[in-house]
Amino acid sequence: MYASLTRFPGDMLADFEALQRQVEQVIGNRGWPSSIRAAERGAFPPINMGVTQDAVEIYAFAPGIDAAKLEVNVDRGVLTIAGERANELPKPSEKVSVYADERFAGPFRRAISLPDDADSSRIAAKYRDGILRITVPKRENAKPRRIEVNE
Amino acid sequence: METKDTAAMIPAVDVLENEAGITVKADLPGVSKESLHVRVDGETLTIEGQASLGDTNALEPVYAEVRTAQYKRSFVLSRDLDTSKIDASMKNGVLTLTVAKLERAKPRRIPVRLD
Repeated sequence: MYASLTRFPGDMLADFEALQRQVEQVIGNRGWPSSIRAAERGAFPPINMGVTQDAVEIYAFAPGIDAAKLEVNVDRGVLTIAGERANELPKPSEKVSVYADERFAGPFRRAISLPDDADSSRIAAKYRDGILRITVPKRENAKPRRIEVNE
Repeated sequence: METKDTAAMIPAVDVLENEAGITVKADLPGVSKESLHVRVDGETLTIEGQASLGDTNALEPVYAEVRTAQYKRSFVLSRDLDTSKIDASMKNGVLTLTVAKLERAKPRRIPVRLD
């Protein structure tokens, strides 16, 4: 399940994303097309999308956000996820030293286009352990079905 | 738990220090309290976690920016920190870890005598 979503043939170590990016610039991204709305790598929150027989599943890795402040919208087959992550770091002062400030802070907005067979009128969104999971069922007539063969 | 020698993501962290100790905040989306492991070995503090996407069967990837479910990051602590006083909590995929300073390492004013 998860492994199938995260392991790709020829994938390099996730640690070497930067190197990977350089390699992609030189030799192309190995036939793995990226979304036109996700041109920038390292955008917040990172998004994964997968399909099952019945639904399209979208995962946004957005930890530390108040679920009530997450905004999920769909318009003409484009799903947008927006929100804001507060900057919890105190200002450096005599009493406080900040040694690392890597975590994203500020407003964010990401968009992803849904596959044509997704039924955007029935979307469910859940936030758990910092992952926003959006489930978009497939249209009934797009689901695989068996066709009886008559004699 | 020792994770296998697979590729792991390095979680983004904020690190700050005040008089009481050091606070580390780490982004670990998908990691529950149960799948998080914080270890101290000598002076090395290691944070390890396994992300879970919940119940998904037969999911076929279409597009992915996160390509591994493992997180791992280590820090070398210093001797003024009390490794027996580490507090860790998880909320919405964010780990907050505090390491207290040793009593004797806390700042104090040194009085200057007049001779």
